[in-house]
Amino acid sequence: MIPDVSQDNGLATYNFAYLDEQTKRMIRRAILKAIAIPGYQVPFASREMPMPYGWGTGGVQVTAAILGPDDVLKVIDQGADDTTNAVSIRAFFQKVANVAVTTRTVDATIIQTRHRIPEEKLSAGQVLVYQVPIPEPLRFLEPRETETRKMHALEEYGLMHVKLYEDIARNGHIATTYAYPVKVHRRYVMDPSPTPKFDNPKMHMSPALQLFGAGREKRIYAVPPFTDVVSLDFEDHPFAIQHFDKPCALCGADHVYLDEVILDDKGGRMFVCSDTDYCEDRRAHGHAGEMLAKEAAE
Amino acid sequence: MTDAPLLRVHNVSKFYGSRIGCRDVSFDLWPGEVLAVVGESGSGKSTLLNCLSTRLLPTTGSIEYHMRDGKYRDLYRMSEAERRFLMRTDWGFVHQNPADGLRMTVSAGANVGERLMAVGGRHYGNIRSTATDWLGRVEIGADRIDDQPRAFSGGMRQRLQIARNLVTGPRLVFMDEPTGGLDVSVQARLLDLVRNLVNDLGLSAIIVTHDLAVARLLSHRMMVMKDGLVIEQGLTDRVLDDPRQPYTQLLVSSILQV
Amino acid sequence: MATPLVVSEVFKSFTMHLRDGLTLPVVANASFSVASGECVVLGGPSGVGKSSILKMLYGNYSVDAGQILIKHKDKVVDAASADPRMVLDIRRHTLGYVSQFLRTVPRVAALDVVAEPLVSRGEDSIEARRKAGQLLEALNLPKPLWQLPPATFSGGEQQRVNIARGFITDHAVLLLDEPTASLDAMNRAVVIEMIREKKKAGVALLGIFHDEEVRDAVADRIIDVSHFSPRRAAA
Repeated sequence: MIPDVSQDNGLATYNFAYLDEQTKRMIRRAILKAIAIPGYQVPFASREMPMPYGWGTGGVQVTAAILGPDDVLKVIDQGADDTTNAVSIRAFFQKVANVAVTTRTVDATIIQTRHRIPEEKLSAGQVLVYQVPIPEPLRFLEPRETETRKMHALEEYGLMHVKLYEDIARNGHIATTYAYPVKVHRRYVMDPSPTPKFDNPKMHMSPALQLFGAGREKRIYAVPPFTDVVSLDFEDHPFAIQHFDKPCALCGADHVYLDEVILDDKGGRMFVCSDTDYCEDRRAHGHAGEMLAKEAAE
Repeated sequence: MTDAPLLRVHNVSKFYGSRIGCRDVSFDLWPGEVLAVVGESGSGKSTLLNCLSTRLLPTTGSIEYHMRDGKYRDLYRMSEAERRFLMRTDWGFVHQNPADGLRMTVSAGANVGERLMAVGGRHYGNIRSTATDWLGRVEIGADRIDDQPRAFSGGMRQRLQIARNLVTGPRLVFMDEPTGGLDVSVQARLLDLVRNLVNDLGLSAIIVTHDLAVARLLSHRMMVMKDGLVIEQGLTDRVLDDPRQPYTQLLVSSILQV
Repeated sequence: MATPLVVSEVFKSFTMHLRDGLTLPVVANASFSVASGECVVLGGPSGVGKSSILKMLYGNYSVDAGQILIKHKDKVVDAASADPRMVLDIRRHTLGYVSQFLRTVPRVAALDVVAEPLVSRGEDSIEARRKAGQLLEALNLPKPLWQLPPATFSGGEQQRVNIARGFITDHAVLLLDEPTASLDAMNRAVVIEMIREKKKAGVALLGIFHDEEVRDAVADRIIDVSHFSPRRAAA
């Protein structure tokens, strides 16, 4: 399943997990502060990483700082373990830390993610590391960093609702479907990174520790285990997650987040679990969706 | 006559290094009173306005505001959170350039609704109907509620800015050259609107302007500033009809007659 | 009889800074009073300071020395030394003024211009408009003009709006600066009647009338303002 790229080339023993120890200490201090102040964006001295901004440099630095030799790492991109970004980050840590890797959510101690929270309920002791492009939820309406910092400090969050108001005014409902703003621990408004709002309820009271790293913007923030995470909304337009008309075409799962897959150039398509591990696990346990049943029949 | 001033300004000075921004300005502003501050560019009127509206820390002096609970609070002894809360609830600030006071990339309705949401408004329908009502009061059609101010004319933008400020029912509004840069016909409409709103709502206002006609039309009282000092102040009619200081006489005699 | 207006030893001069500080005395030692129900006319040649006296009383001009005592809300107030807020309050409740020229406000309809003194005192705007309509009707202002801003009206029409605005309140003291100057005979007669009604209602009126016919019809007393002329005092 996972190609074996681990090699004992000495890299992992020369300097574990790529970053030097002082840098890791600096990042860990930022993480500790972030955990102490849930939802607050802690500035940190983001390093140059051997990958471009936008490829998860923030998440990689957080993972590098918390990774230990006994950890089991899972990396997903859009819910999948086998996409470019996930594959290369996983390979990177195999190379520089020689850690065990997995695709199974339940086996992982650290899960680095871009755009999804696994369908499988996380448990205490697990850490979910998010890659964040723009950490500031107020940014699109207020370009001044000095002003947004002040707004956070003084808990002036009216602007966040301006964004939601605009959504309803334009579309008749809150059309924000990802990076949907949440209030953490009844204090800080936070951007949950570009995860679909479908996953927002999973953040609430999660037993797992959630860490967010933004490399280009040099910010780290966190949601400690069992923390209140509430999606913002209006009384007459309450928060609601997406619903899909059909279950997964492969495993038949209901109430999961689905991706559209184009099958041919004649308009053929199917909707399948975006969480590949979850889908595979269900199929291994004998669940079959519409498409699989059809194949079996042929 | 209400028996307590809304704002008590005592010996306010602002120095930029050795240069004087404004010096030893003292006055009381009463509820329902409109004060015009006139003077040429560089006279210190904008510095004074910024000091009064908590946008610029004065070097010396005190500014006390009569809070809704009946107590006087020194603006610069409040916490920043309290000051900013005051600014977006009990006060308004109308900028000369509407783009400085509006969010140009969100709709007119959201511009008006922002203050409501900032004080905890969480019902979309109510926010929207209040915004519609206020747009009407500043003569902007309800059909423009979802348009961005970018699509508005200068006069409309200025009216929108006024609605955005007044929606929380402030008691004190600061205006910095509110009619600057507008055509005369647009100016007339705006002045009339401001005049009516101020009367209807019983607002107190401090209006900085270099246009004596604006001062005459809107204000009860005026202050003339020159070189950072208030050189003459009093009833607007009297300062304009019977100016006593050389500079004020020059100003009044320089008005173009149509 | 009550005396709501007493002027005592009032002096006024202008300093013209644009003319090298030239000082121009206009009124010296003016003293007189006006009783309720009385119409007092300021007389004398033009330039003798009649308008200046009215403007000092109304607060448009400052006063160098002396007192202007006005009975305001059961108290006697010195308008000469009152602060702006008090002057405005006196204007709102006690002291009315019909000036020679109407200072027009853009976009405000004639009817609302007339009703404004009542509305600004907090009276119901529908009732205020009704009263304004009555006055404009009495003054023969054509009804189609009522909803228009008076800026484009003729001199006589503007004057009638101005008179209606001054007469709409029940102020105890009313100052009239040539209210009939640009009116025809018919409307002059209306104004004369309106002044008589004010007198009957116990209002103290102080006016300038160059029109002898009007003056003779309304004046109880004429004060020769040339007695207060500084030139005479100096001579």
